[in-house]
Amino acid sequence: MRSIINYLKEIILGVWSLLKGMKVTGSYFFRPSTIVTQKYPSNRKDLVMFDRFKGEVVMPHNEKNEHKCTGCGICELNCPNGTIEVISKTIISEDGKKKRAIDKHIYRLGMCTFCALCVKTCPSNALAFSQKFEHAVFNRALLIKTLNKPGSQLMKGVE
Amino acid sequence: MEEEVKNITPDERQEYVINMGPQHPSTHGVLRLVVSLKGEIVKNIEPHIGYIHRGIEKMCESITYPQIIHLTDRMDYLSAHINNEAVCLNVEKALEVDIPDRIKVIRTIMSELTRIQSHQLWWASFGMDLGGLTCFFYGLRDREKILDIFEETCGGRMLVSYNCPGGVMYDIHPNFQKRVKDFIKYFRKILPEYDQLLSGNVIFHERSKGIGKLSLEDAISYGVTGPTGRASGFSCDVRKHEPYSAYDRITFKEILHTEGDTYSRYIARIDEMWESMNIIEQLIDNIPEGPFAVKMKPIIKLPEGEYYQRVETARGELGVYIISDGNKNPYRVKFRSPNFVNLSVFNHIVKGFKIADLVAIGGSLDLVIPDIDR
Repeated sequence: MRSIINYLKEIILGVWSLLKGMKVTGSYFFRPSTIVTQKYPSNRKDLVMFDRFKGEVVMPHNEKNEHKCTGCGICELNCPNGTIEVISKTIISEDGKKKRAIDKHIYRLGMCTFCALCVKTCPSNALAFSQKFEHAVFNRALLIKTLNKPGSQLMKGVE
Repeated sequence: MEEEVKNITPDERQEYVINMGPQHPSTHGVLRLVVSLKGEIVKNIEPHIGYIHRGIEKMCESITYPQIIHLTDRMDYLSAHINNEAVCLNVEKALEVDIPDRIKVIRTIMSELTRIQSHQLWWASFGMDLGGLTCFFYGLRDREKILDIFEETCGGRMLVSYNCPGGVMYDIHPNFQKRVKDFIKYFRKILPEYDQLLSGNVIFHERSKGIGKLSLEDAISYGVTGPTGRASGFSCDVRKHEPYSAYDRITFKEILHTEGDTYSRYIARIDEMWESMNIIEQLIDNIPEGPFAVKMKPIIKLPEGEYYQRVETARGELGVYIISDGNKNPYRVKFRSPNFVNLSVFNHIVKGFKIADLVAIGGSLDLVIPDIDR
């Protein structure tokens, strides 16, 4: 007799525990305000990433097409996996002195691990992170980027 | 392989050997298990690792100390911040740098947030392993809130790279404290729901209670740490026994259970989430003022010698062992990863159980494969 009671008790307790779980999931059904799913590709226009989000390394230019990179190569030294390559050239400045300047600042997005050491260690704050995160391309060569824009110059006052 | 076939005894010939993984959803990574079965009973399992070996320890020998940090992110990607902290603490210990309180508190809060999000993902996937798909959605929904906090302050979601020798990369975001408080308020309400969904479920009890028992003696002799070891009664919390960062100024209790079965490993992790929230609440309102990083030399060179630092990750004790010969690169780096040691006990506790229990026990060990292979 006792075993039968225990058996029935077990079944009732089991069903009760299942109902308890169903109550949680069921309650969400009637609370649409708790839905957190974002409809990603269609909400692309008003999707704002956080300011510090590490999307890709960029070199900000001002409206006169000037950047702050002096071509010192500290970012290249600090990069752990050879993502950055600074190709520098020698120019003759207005007062006749020889000066180092960048020819090309090559950034290989496909190799970047977003450790932020280049941005952090740059002495003249020439590099920054952009919030762009959709990096997929069809051709791998497109991931090799030149960060300085064509015809750009060093900003005045940056040594 | 041919020799192995010849040496099989008549008794072993009865066994049915199947291959589980490396692409199996319940191994949570590329772990391959060669499972010997007799009927439905597991006789023996043989883990084959190395599918995601990247040679991180060797790579560390050719790069500088600040650069090592981003590689440790990619070992145990669920406790990325704690791995970073381990290397930084070791470098700071070697250089005998005094770390301001602000950095210690920030690191501790971040570590505990990492622990919560790791356990949330574990809860989600453990529920899914045992057939409760709802758990997966609920766990990831709540984890997203912590990842948003990380993204706002560190710039990364999983691979944060937030620590650097001498401090942290950026100061905390102005919204940080408010967001963390909001999260704790939210999660204190949600965590009982986890219990209603899974912990009290009768099917879950049947599948986890008494399954995969790990005794205290075995836990100690195999060196199993973390919630897995503490569920067997092995007091192994590094935060308690060898406090680092700000753990010496807060009160928290070490979660200890004595049963050592799958269920107690589950409960240990749920309790740890409660305890982590307690720790964060003690610290979040009194983050001291001060700099967020100590000025270090541009090229960090450790003095000649051997250095060891251990921390408590979400899965157990992580040790970082650095031998320096005085150069800017370490001579040798060795990581004592908790997952590799926890995997070694798998074969011992799974013997004699059914093949369906293999998934439950494997899930309760909470293995992260990139940390095993490094």
